[in-house]
Amino acid sequence: MPDTSATQIAKLISLLPPAPAAWVQTAQSLPELRASLDDLVEQWRAEGKERGKTLEDLERALAQQGVDAEPHVVRYVRLSLDD
Amino acid sequence: MSEGEQDAVLVARCREGDGEAWRALVERYSRYVYAIATRGFGLTGDDAEDVFQETFTRAYLHISGLRQDVAVRSWLAQVTRRLAIDRIRMRARDQPDAALDADMRGAEPSIEQIDAALDVHIAMATLPEHCHEILDRFFARDESYRKIAHDLDVPMGTIASRIARCLDKLRVQLEGKNLPDSPVR
Repeated sequence: MPDTSATQIAKLISLLPPAPAAWVQTAQSLPELRASLDDLVEQWRAEGKERGKTLEDLERALAQQGVDAEPHVVRYVRLSLDD
Repeated sequence: MSEGEQDAVLVARCREGDGEAWRALVERYSRYVYAIATRGFGLTGDDAEDVFQETFTRAYLHISGLRQDVAVRSWLAQVTRRLAIDRIRMRARDQPDAALDADMRGAEPSIEQIDAALDVHIAMATLPEHCHEILDRFFARDESYRKIAHDLDVPMGTIASRIARCLDKLRVQLEGKNLPDSPVR
């Protein structure tokens, strides 16, 4: 019999606290990130030159393009190129 | 509209490049992904954030390939679990003690309980806004009576009774749904 007591419901509510607001905002900003980086990603994908490179290489390549290589930016580009 | 139908609408809009729909999808599932990473697998700090962000980045990049729009919830759970396990294995290679810590996490909630918790939160969202807010503040955000009373501009002496009334409304809402048989530890 499922337990729908107030105590059980209260415990279940407490299992899902909010994620840190900054994490949520970063994830929500992916469309803007795509808009700003997709030309570069397409160019690199066409050239095939960044595929398989290390994170350090990718950070350096982004910096050379004037892109601030923050972790979420590097992650987006890395996963885009892995496709 | 059922939860699955709401997801399907959001996913379809995301696929068309609707940024608002993406933000809504992240809002809807951010607690779930966070709880699986932190409570289900005990990840903390950078490990938890990396798994959280990588889950949503993969979801964003691959949403057009999702076979069933209604399955986004289980898909997110699966990706989060896989990434969390990868992270734990990586830590175990680097720091053998971390694997021991992971093995000793017997008191943490199961993924099934986190799933049930999400069902409760989804049901909470259908309650009147004042009920949703007070239950979330007290139980999920762990706010004190004093803070809740101050922020909501209500007498502190009424907080307990408001919470009890709202919990009862939620209980009625949940009756008939499949909460886990075993109590949360």
